[in-house]
Amino acid sequence: MCLGIPGEVTEVHEDRGLKFAQVRFGGITREVCLECQPDAGVGDFVLVHVGFAIARIDRDEAARAWDVLEQIGQTDEVKPFKDDNPFRGAP
Amino acid sequence: MKYLDEYRDRDVAQALIRRIAATVTRPWVLMEMCGGQTHSIVRYGLDRLLPSPIELVHGPGCPVCVTSLEMIDRAHAIAAEPEVIFTSFGDMLRVPGSNGDLLRLRSRGADVRVVYSPLDALSLARANPTKRVVFFAIGFETTAPANAMAAFQARKQQITNFSLLVSHVLVPPAIASILQTQGNRVQGFLGPGHVCAVMGFREYEALAERYRVPIVVTGFEPVDILQGISMAVEQLEAGRAIVENQYARTVARDGNRVARELVGDVFEIADRKWRGVGAIPKSGYRLRAEYRAWDAERIFDVGAIDTREPERCISGSILRGLKKPCDCPAFGKECTPQTPLGATMVSAEGACAAYFQYGRRATREVA
Ligand code: SF4
Repeated sequence: MCLGIPGEVTEVHEDRGLKFAQVRFGGITREVCLECQPDAGVGDFVLVHVGFAIARIDRDEAARAWDVLEQIGQTDEVKPFKDDNPFRGAP
Repeated sequence: MKYLDEYRDRDVAQALIRRIAATVTRPWVLMEMCGGQTHSIVRYGLDRLLPSPIELVHGPGCPVCVTSLEMIDRAHAIAAEPEVIFTSFGDMLRVPGSNGDLLRLRSRGADVRVVYSPLDALSLARANPTKRVVFFAIGFETTAPANAMAAFQARKQQITNFSLLVSHVLVPPAIASILQTQGNRVQGFLGPGHVCAVMGFREYEALAERYRVPIVVTGFEPVDILQGISMAVEQLEAGRAIVENQYARTVARDGNRVARELVGDVFEIADRKWRGVGAIPKSGYRLRAEYRAWDAERIFDVGAIDTREPERCISGSILRGLKKPCDCPAFGKECTPQTPLGATMVSAEGACAAYFQYGRRATREVA
């Protein structure tokens, strides 16, 4: 509940004047507000907390962070089912 | 070390543990301030791998846990009002108030819904103009930008059937409160990385100087935590007390400027009561006066709420670093994650829940 979860920006769009992105976490994609990371574009990795991108990170960092978050049970926020590490593919 | 074996960077972790062992000459008590860090520490057994002079205690790093019982009961009363759709994060809806949790209230007919983001709650209000949608806005500074954005957009778009029940808490005043506790044992802190990614760490510099305490802004992966500990121990051994940033790959000294401005536009500092800990001056956010019309506490008059925590719960001492979960006689007996008695057991991120989940029974078992 206090950690950002890494995801990959797959599409960006605007809604009512605000920047949003589709961000892929594990098997699912969610809409994320990019107002606080306005420079993030498709293919970039962001740390997302409750639908809000709070920081930019790189792919390796995203993959490592995801592994640990999975092991400490902290990816439920975005992900209703168990899945492989989305940044590494199937083990 | 069966837990650490499951960790990708195990060798790096072990090298850090050796480095800490080579540095430490006497006992030190360190506290982490993030529920994610607590989970990592207990999950990988990091506290048991450290040389014995170093003791880790677990601070009030879970915003769900420290949301006051009074506020949860207020949420229940609001959720029971006519035409209300009551929303929050899943974790928050599962926390028991004086009469069960909000999801149970739903089974009795209240419209209670889990949302992923506060902006989803705002969309719900737009889609249900005849309903009153209330969002239970809890969290540390990490969550504040998203909650602020929901309030900001509601005001900008004049969505008048949306409101926020705000119970935000702030980390630096909690650190100050712990350091002022009589009999305080904490000598160094691991600062919360993702909170600082938003807010930066200038405020922590003032704390380090005033209380002569090292604070190392730290990530949540095992290698981060061990490196944060190593940096704190080196400071303590050398008699230094400054803020260092272990997590520089994600955290800048000034944090995220856009996010901080958004938060400042919507919220102002207020006194806040923390479950288990009690009232801490200037330790939370509330909506600014311009947001009155979106403040659920002002909109819904549910009267005075009187609550009492079970006397045998020692979560207040745990959250201040004076005790460990296993010191509590109720731990794992009357008090479990299914039947939580106090703050540190109510959410999976609390220290008691983490100890329970990973099968901890004694304070310091032989590893
Ligand atoms: S085990 Fe339960 S009763 Fe004991 S301190 Fe933890 S939350 Fe309180």
